[in-house]
Amino acid sequence: MRPDLQELQALCKEVRRDIVKMTAAAGSGHPGGSLSSVELLVSLYFAKMRHDPQRPDWANRDRFVLSKGHVAPVLYSVLARSGYFPIDELLTLRKLGSRLQGHPHMLSLPGLDNSSGSLGQGLSQANGLALAARLNGQDYRVYCLLGDGELQEGQVWEAIMTAAHYKLANVCAIVDYNNLQIDGTVEEIIGLDPLDDKWKAFNWHVISIDGHDIEQVLAAYDEAESIKDKPTVIIAKTIKGKGVSFMENVAGWHGKAPNADELAKALAELAN
Amino acid sequence: MIKKPTRDGYGEALLQLGASNPDVVVLDADLAMSTRTNWFRDKYPERFFDIGIAEQDLLGTAAGLAMGGKTPFATTYGVFISGRAWEQIRTTICYANLNVKICGMHGGISVGPDGATHQALEEIALMRVLPNMRLVVPCDAIEARKATLGAAAIDGPVYLRFTRDATAVFTEETAPWQLGKANVLRAGSDVTIIGCGPVLYEALLAADELAQEGVSCRVLNMHTIKPIDAEAIQAAAAETGAIVTLEEHQINAGLGGAVAEVLVKHNPVPVEMVGIMDTFGESGLPGELAVKYGLTHKEVKAAVQKVLKRK
Repeated sequence: MRPDLQELQALCKEVRRDIVKMTAAAGSGHPGGSLSSVELLVSLYFAKMRHDPQRPDWANRDRFVLSKGHVAPVLYSVLARSGYFPIDELLTLRKLGSRLQGHPHMLSLPGLDNSSGSLGQGLSQANGLALAARLNGQDYRVYCLLGDGELQEGQVWEAIMTAAHYKLANVCAIVDYNNLQIDGTVEEIIGLDPLDDKWKAFNWHVISIDGHDIEQVLAAYDEAESIKDKPTVIIAKTIKGKGVSFMENVAGWHGKAPNADELAKALAELAN
Repeated sequence: MIKKPTRDGYGEALLQLGASNPDVVVLDADLAMSTRTNWFRDKYPERFFDIGIAEQDLLGTAAGLAMGGKTPFATTYGVFISGRAWEQIRTTICYANLNVKICGMHGGISVGPDGATHQALEEIALMRVLPNMRLVVPCDAIEARKATLGAAAIDGPVYLRFTRDATAVFTEETAPWQLGKANVLRAGSDVTIIGCGPVLYEALLAADELAQEGVSCRVLNMHTIKPIDAEAIQAAAAETGAIVTLEEHQINAGLGGAVAEVLVKHNPVPVEMVGIMDTFGESGLPGELAVKYGLTHKEVKAAVQKVLKRK
């Protein structure tokens, strides 16, 4: 049964606290994009995907391919809170010997469906997984989270064409459209607009939503599943650093950890 | 002497695998006819995917298929698959140790008239530096078939280098083939020629001429560059005392380098290397290019004579 909205919202807060605590403990990492993807991932893992933390290798599980690997903290938190590994382990992020590598390594941690860190490579992997499902007669769905800046990588557009050509309706791409990348806003660096029209022109079903509104997020996942003749992209408008006032919409928080004072301030804002 | 391109051995092996292994899938990047994957495509169309002219997506899609339990053979020209998609091979495939077979056609200068852009001369260097990678360079169509079947039997990434031109078939159907185990093509005691790929035939011609002059050459077929057969190299050094390496590849960081890495650690006997001398190729017929770029039995013979003086 689907958890109710309040439960999911509470989980989102918990995951946000994890993200700032993990990156603070590590002294490095990527809080900004992690915070912007929280509702997208919490909704997926706690209310949409078919998966079983007791059976991370279940062949017919839905897959989550993280293409923007630097937001590992949000994925680790969601996996731990789903029960894939102990929550305590989150604070080992980026430390020597940890299973929680700076960017996800699928061979080191249960629950990871791919390895990533170099941008632009995830959607191709998702397509391959979808083709394998077709060949194997399996009905799992493949979700793939991409960053907006990441769409500047040419390989993404190769994969967009491939998914449409092979009518991979079990592929659901999600763009975390927070409009910030390291050097500035996406529109300043290499703009994407009109992003929805671009995907439409490539023969994808396009759903545009507020990526922090859980009801919209879940409705989009359900709509994507109902489309049977083409892949779907959910363009989720988000706020980088969402939930921590001093991180919101500040490019500098892409890849910087909070110090002790900043952590305390962030946790106070994220208190229940 | 029968002549046949090594890519034909690849195409034949894929047909065999199509029949014997339902998990084998083949991907190409708009070169199915030249790579011989069209043979598999025509027989097993549901297990063939043309990804179009998009090598990075080719490798990524193959990786996803491997993540879904398939055994993909991703295929296109060596220049593009090893170069343009190198980082996809590194990060997506090798880091996750995915079961993707990376098949680079048209390796070497013997591609001919297409010229330097299409003559892959760097794959050995690019692939052997990657953790989890295995790298095989078959010397004729028979060995190409065996190596392809062998790669399918291994769980993990393998790079296979094939060639375009019809070249001598000089290994035996019955010869054993094992990944990482060099084959002795000719016994000898004065010097060892270690080579890979179709150019090895020139080593045999050189060994024949040298035998007439009283020089006994061992010829080792080092079909697997990674993991390299260090035992065979050490035995060659200990028993013959001098080494010549031969490859249709850049002289830097190729087979010669891999052999030298073993030797300097154990028994640094004199080595001479025959290969492409740090230069790009050009248009021409394969035979003309072999002469101009120094990949014939004459250069091998000269290298043997030179290394013997250093013993």
